[in-house]
Amino acid sequence: MSGPTTPPPLSPFGESAEPAPGAPRANGGGPLVRVRELVKHFPLTRGIIFQKKIGAVRAVDGLSFEIERGETLGLVGETGCGKSTTARLITRLLEPTSGGIDFEGRDISHLKRSALKAIRREVQMIFQDPYSSLNPRKTIGSIIGEPFAIHGLLTDRAERKREVQRLMETVGLNPEHYNRYPHEFSGGQRQRIGVARALALEPKLLIADEPVSALDVSIQAQVLNLLRDLQRRLGLTIVFIAHDLSVVRHMCDRVAVMYLGKIVEIGGGDELYDFPRHPYTGALLAAVPHADPTRHGEQRRILGGDVPSPANPPAACRFHTRCPKAQPLCSQQEPLLEDKGSGTLVACHFPLSREEAEGMGVRSAR
Amino acid sequence: MSAAAPSPQPAPSSQREPLLRVEDLRVEFPTEDGVVHAVDGITYQVFPGRTLGIVGESGSGKTVSSLTALGLTRRQGARISGRILFEGQDLLALAEEKMRAIRGNDIAMIFQDPLSSLHPLYKVGRQLIEAVRAHRDVSRATARARAVELLGLVGIPDPARRVDQYPHEFSGGMRQRVMIAMALANEPKLLFADEPTTALDVTVQAQILALMERLQRELGMAIVIITHDLGVVAEVADDIAVMYAGRIVETASAERLFAAPEHPYTWGLLKSIPRLDSPRSEDLVPIPGTPPSLIQPPSGCHFHPRCPYAQPEHARIDPALEPVPEEAAHHVACLLDSPTRKQLWAQLREGATPEQALAALAATGGAP
Repeated sequence: MSGPTTPPPLSPFGESAEPAPGAPRANGGGPLVRVRELVKHFPLTRGIIFQKKIGAVRAVDGLSFEIERGETLGLVGETGCGKSTTARLITRLLEPTSGGIDFEGRDISHLKRSALKAIRREVQMIFQDPYSSLNPRKTIGSIIGEPFAIHGLLTDRAERKREVQRLMETVGLNPEHYNRYPHEFSGGQRQRIGVARALALEPKLLIADEPVSALDVSIQAQVLNLLRDLQRRLGLTIVFIAHDLSVVRHMCDRVAVMYLGKIVEIGGGDELYDFPRHPYTGALLAAVPHADPTRHGEQRRILGGDVPSPANPPAACRFHTRCPKAQPLCSQQEPLLEDKGSGTLVACHFPLSREEAEGMGVRSAR
Repeated sequence: MSAAAPSPQPAPSSQREPLLRVEDLRVEFPTEDGVVHAVDGITYQVFPGRTLGIVGESGSGKTVSSLTALGLTRRQGARISGRILFEGQDLLALAEEKMRAIRGNDIAMIFQDPLSSLHPLYKVGRQLIEAVRAHRDVSRATARARAVELLGLVGIPDPARRVDQYPHEFSGGMRQRVMIAMALANEPKLLFADEPTTALDVTVQAQILALMERLQRELGMAIVIITHDLGVVAEVADDIAVMYAGRIVETASAERLFAAPEHPYTWGLLKSIPRLDSPRSEDLVPIPGTPPSLIQPPSGCHFHPRCPYAQPEHARIDPALEPVPEEAAHHVACLLDSPTRKQLWAQLREGATPEQALAALAATGGAP
């Protein structure tokens, strides 16, 4: 098996002209996706036959944001903050409890299964685990060609094979490996297979849920570079979900920080990492270990405690139980996402000042 | 290069007796497909009260070498050679019974996944009591009091109540604290921590790392932390050993290793992670290829098939782990000569790609 090769500079969608990065790839202006007051509650029940609802896990609890065409939006947050649920709502693998999702201006939040098929062509996903997300009994060729089969495209076998091999080349796989099985590939190469499959239908939106966290350090960079390269060459719109803040900063134009089902801060990556306004964003950034021992011993504030249960989240501002700046107001009145004058939208009554952000030990490059 | 490079070496380490000394350790597993050379002749030492970080990717042998030190690979039919000297006593020569008296007592270990390392059907207290009573002849009540004390020590709020709860009632970070409490039950002199924070969120990771540092200060134990995360070792380790394909390819103090690494694999690791303190526009430089098979490791330098600077003879000659000139505490197993390595790293550090670094080297008349 040869190592990954450099992808050739050809457009995988057979277009002659390369779309400029960020250029709209479809008709119409406006954001590609508009999420409005999105809510997803999972019921908690007791009893086996006569189930009684005793509460709900508020996985996603009132999200509003937009995804612009051609941008990469990062979703960060800790386990249980609702970032994967958000991804599954946008792909409509889940149906929202309330709120809306507009895809190219059309509300898809309660579409029926048959109507969803068209949307599924436009929105594709890359999964975290390159081992369990590929069927071990299928060849790479049929895995990458599966989307065509599902949607009844490229029914001519030779044509489909040609297209699959072109996709393989695009993601840096050797097209001669068309007939091999997943076990013959390493983790990084498997993730390339997942990327090729996701690109097959020329989706308008790609959702990457922790695409590199299962990979070794040296392989992570290969996949990140591939995604960044595809994003530049094809002008893809990507929602990039990760818990690793350094990876998100590297990949994303805009970043949304989530805590217990809510967005606490959203804005341009540079602004948000340079000057976090929400105390939670600041705490997250301060907690990132630095590959630089000379900075060891530098003062930083470590956030105490654990994330409260999403079944019973704190009232008003959900972060107030762990927030170093919490005031009585924070447990009485929920803060709204607002511009506090530094370029990001923050849901906080008492956002960090520049000095406070630095005092927490936020150590991004300026 | 040289301006920032020579950082003061932590002097005391070389004078004191090491607590643990691993000499030419080899661990092989015979399997149906052939012999897996999991650990291929490694030598390192750990000093009292200090932290050694072992960095490497999956399959580099970092976990197997620590499991072997605890005598946990014996039953798996492993062929083990070399010596593991703990306070002068060779652990490999000990009978299983004697090893059991040391394991969990003088030497303890915490594992990556705190959920699968705790028994789900037993209360946390009972598991802690068991850890204490396995090595101490104390009453249940005394052991229970110790369990409560340990939970308090690792920062679990309300330990007297929590001691009677089951593992599923603890969050991931709290479970890892329980694991640490269990490891500390008998005040070990040496603690192996295998990816202790990999399964945890970043804020919880920061809590656990701070906890480990505090406990090390208070109890004076030595720690071997095994991780793939360069950020984590930079935070906690005094010394670092980089492993690749069953061998240690570079070892130095943490400051030295990050400021002036000399092995191309270490360079590859450092350049392939995105960092918060480097410009966002900077491209990552992945290490090409994939980690090698341990059944048939590459000939010569194990890293040569992935090394951008490899020369034809590197496929034949096996590099030894040797001191870097004028840096006795910094060892590297690389066939390039030290001036060449320094020149290459100086280029890479400024953001050059391996090809550009080689071109710059050629321009000054040098060659790998």
